Amino acid sequence: MTATTRDPQYNFAYLDEQTKRMIRRAILKAVAIPGYQVPFASREMPMPYGWGTGGVQVTAAIIGPDDTLKVIDQGADDTTNAVSIRKFFARTAGVATTANTTEATIVQTRHRIPETPMVEGQILVYQVPIPEPLRWLEPREAETRRMHALSDYGSMHVKLYEDISHHGRIATTYDYPVLVNDRYVMASSPIPKFDNPKMDNAPFLQLFGAGREKRIYAIPPWTAVKCLDFEDHPFEVQHWDDACAICGATDSFLDEIVTDDAGGRMFVCSDTDYCSGRVAADQKESAA
Amino acid sequence: MSGPLLDVRNVSKAYGSTVACAGISFRLWPGEVLGIVGESGSGKTTLLHCVSGRLRPDAGEVIYQTRHRGTVDVLHLGEAEQRMLMRTDWGFVHQNPREGLRMAVSAGANVGERLMAVGARHYGRIRDSALDWLDKVEIDTGRIDDLPVTFSGGMQQRLQIARNLVSGPRLVFLDEPTGGLDVSVQARLLDLLRGLVARLGLSAIVVTHDLAVARLLAHRLMVMRRGEVVETGLTDQVLDDPQHPYTQLLVSSVLHP
Repeated sequence: MTATTRDPQYNFAYLDEQTKRMIRRAILKAVAIPGYQVPFASREMPMPYGWGTGGVQVTAAIIGPDDTLKVIDQGADDTTNAVSIRKFFARTAGVATTANTTEATIVQTRHRIPETPMVEGQILVYQVPIPEPLRWLEPREAETRRMHALSDYGSMHVKLYEDISHHGRIATTYDYPVLVNDRYVMASSPIPKFDNPKMDNAPFLQLFGAGREKRIYAIPPWTAVKCLDFEDHPFEVQHWDDACAICGATDSFLDEIVTDDAGGRMFVCSDTDYCSGRVAADQKESAA
Repeated sequence: MSGPLLDVRNVSKAYGSTVACAGISFRLWPGEVLGIVGESGSGKTTLLHCVSGRLRPDAGEVIYQTRHRGTVDVLHLGEAEQRMLMRTDWGFVHQNPREGLRMAVSAGANVGERLMAVGARHYGRIRDSALDWLDKVEIDTGRIDDLPVTFSGGMQQRLQIARNLVSGPRLVFLDEPTGGLDVSVQARLLDLLRGLVARLGLSAIVVTHDLAVARLLAHRLMVMRRGEVVETGLTDQVLDDPQHPYTQLLVSSVLHP
């Protein structure tokens, strides 16, 4: 964990207090109606859309001086995006940052849920590019809102039907649509479907922020999250034949890395904290 | 079941000062096909949209005899119930198939959508009924995974019909079903429609300006002009012995090659 001092030029956590209140109101409403997309007045942030402006605003609204922040991008703590956002909050809020999932109180994520199980009291903030799961079939916003209001979700299965008819199986591997609390169909943000089961009845609070689309939605702790599927083509997650080349894990989400021009490749954990934690534990064991 | 399937009472609709429908009433009995004919702008399509709940009329009632819960006033149903009715008990075939189809998904998904919307969650069974219906509307079942954009106009229209009939509706609204098609395709489509309506015992309301279509499909005719019904009766009676001057004009203006 690294502690820093706040740059006094900025208001705490960059956003002004009125804006943070506005975002908190949206978050409260989102938590009260699990899976419902609450519109909010998304602000310009000092980073381009697509870099996590929604997630950053949600984090800025909920973070306090005593929080410890972890930011991951595709599971990694050391990519440009993750490092920049961590530095952003270290400078504007003076909060402690960490790469360790268990130490963090707030985890902001792009595209992954950490492998290390999160616990009650922690908050997971997702960066969401397209919050509307119905958008691909229905371009009109007024109509998709009406479909949500009337639970008119037949078209979501049309998408899965198309998958099976073209690929022989449900080929959607990320942003897999889920039904939250038996009411709202929700985009799971671009996390791989490998992570979807971790959303169901999770002990931690999950907040989703879409900056460009100006929407916030949430899954409160202990809420049922069901993946849409067919009876004869049930939901299932990816499996790998290999184990992680670094730590040997067989239960984690693996990235394929090309190592040379001769077709050489290796599979490693996408969650760098989980991977290095396992390696450290192994070393401790062999030293003892 | 006794009583009419659909009881339309005094439906009126005006666009500003233009009256599209002026106090129109009619009844549709189970198994009956009603044709609405008239020139362009006579209010036929507006009437169809009002009756099918797609458009809110200024005044009037549309009473529908449901399968299980007696009669309901369609115009005062909640939106969720109205949508449910639209995709289970009713069908709506648009003049332009692009309005009634999802052009970005395959033919099979188009047919299966209604089933999935009412809770079908078994891929195999959905696909089987899609195949069955493509066969019934004479589309090669090998094209089940093709997009409707690759279909000809006539095929798109037949696909639209299959998509509507898959849920086993009791009432189908057809808005100029043969509108944009060439004559030989029209004849085949009409033949198909007539067969399906007779075989399934459907009730239907067909809006058309083509008297030949009305003659082939409809048991009973309503002739509209300037938002009013000028003549009603059995199809053959109206077309062979028109009483109202406008109907006489309409019938006499049909070309006989």
